[in-house]
Amino acid sequence: MAGTLEATEVVVPTSRQDAVAAFGDGGDVTVVAGGTIVVPEITHGRLRPRRAVLLGKAGLAHVTRERGRTTIGAMTAVSELEGLPEPLGATARNVADIEVRRQATLGGNLCAPPGVESPRGDLQAALIALGAQVRSAGPGGERTDPVEDLLVTGPEGRLVLEVEFADPQAGAQSSVRRPHAHAYTILNVCAARTGGEVRVGVSGAGPRAARCRAVEEAFAQAGDAEAAAARILDDVTPHDDALASAWYRSRTLPVLVGRALTDLS
Amino acid sequence: MRLTVNGVEHDVLSPPLATLLHVLREELAITSPKAGCLQGGCGACTVLVDGEPRRACLTPIAAIDGASVSTVEGLGAPDDLSVVQAAFHAHYAAQCGFCTSGFMMAAQALVDSDGQASREEVIAALSGHICRCTGYVKIIDAVTAAVNGDVRTAETDIDMGPRDEETITLVPGSPA
Repeated sequence: MAGTLEATEVVVPTSRQDAVAAFGDGGDVTVVAGGTIVVPEITHGRLRPRRAVLLGKAGLAHVTRERGRTTIGAMTAVSELEGLPEPLGATARNVADIEVRRQATLGGNLCAPPGVESPRGDLQAALIALGAQVRSAGPGGERTDPVEDLLVTGPEGRLVLEVEFADPQAGAQSSVRRPHAHAYTILNVCAARTGGEVRVGVSGAGPRAARCRAVEEAFAQAGDAEAAAARILDDVTPHDDALASAWYRSRTLPVLVGRALTDLS
Repeated sequence: MRLTVNGVEHDVLSPPLATLLHVLREELAITSPKAGCLQGGCGACTVLVDGEPRRACLTPIAAIDGASVSTVEGLGAPDDLSVVQAAFHAHYAAQCGFCTSGFMMAAQALVDSDGQASREEVIAALSGHICRCTGYVKIIDAVTAAVNGDVRTAETDIDMGPRDEETITLVPGSPA
């Protein structure tokens, strides 16, 4: 398994079809998007890919907005998301700093393996709130999944190509304030109303972001933001990491969920 | 792999997954970009790739094959400083210098994009760079001046020390 960098087979596909073919069934392939997560793993000796597929030239960076729907290619830089509908715009603006946002990608954030020291994947919560559908390739061919389902089954076995959602009527985002631009946020809560239905997503309370169905149900029934927010621990089980304890997360989450739901109305 | 660095074309021998930072420093001996955190968080490795600021420690060279890279070495010369370099000198914006090249390349990108920038916009553009020494104020002063055309490079007086070797006096016991 261990090998030098020279031993890595590197493929740089120049089209969507070539990228799908290069990914194949995803076995023993390391996908490199913006490199913000994978390249430090390689630099610090934690990852020695046998085969690496670099997606920067595969034509997967695009944003299309038409007929009330938004489609975003997986290689779209996070900086290109900053002006998109809330809660995606606010979440994107809250990621790292301006230079990293230009290199980091939507697909990389979506497929980020759970962080050990600190949470990753803030955009996952925004996509859940927006009810995004994810188009991916891999074993069995291309298919479309609701983002929250793909996050459970594991996006790492798929080559994410693009995401798509209906533009929301309203969106809100609430997160623990980062001390500085190099920091991750401990928790990111996103809520959006699309077609009259409210969806809520949370990142930072578990290995990947999750949809908060208990909160959604309570809010749909009674419209009381605080009462609905109190249901959040039915949906997620916060964890300890280097940035915050599960205890702290449990205390903070209902406040953030309450704020997001209040801002939505 | 080919890279054009500061106007000079190079055939790169490092493996395709080697980072741009590694290639610049170890293969091409272009040492202005620094290895700070090696995970994209500090900005000490920032260079311009096709005019855009990029974290060199995060960029595999296979992703930028054929690109044009700019570093501080290409900005100017001691007797012909660029606007950004003159501004850093005039505003005393460097102490140890470790963060400086990253800040300078980010500043150069700002200078190259048209228009003025407010102090707040400069701060936002530089927000990914860490400095341990200066407390940032003078760096922001320098970059704001550079971006808004407030620097007179011709009048910047760089004291490079004695050029005549006979005027150098070695003090007994000094490190020299």
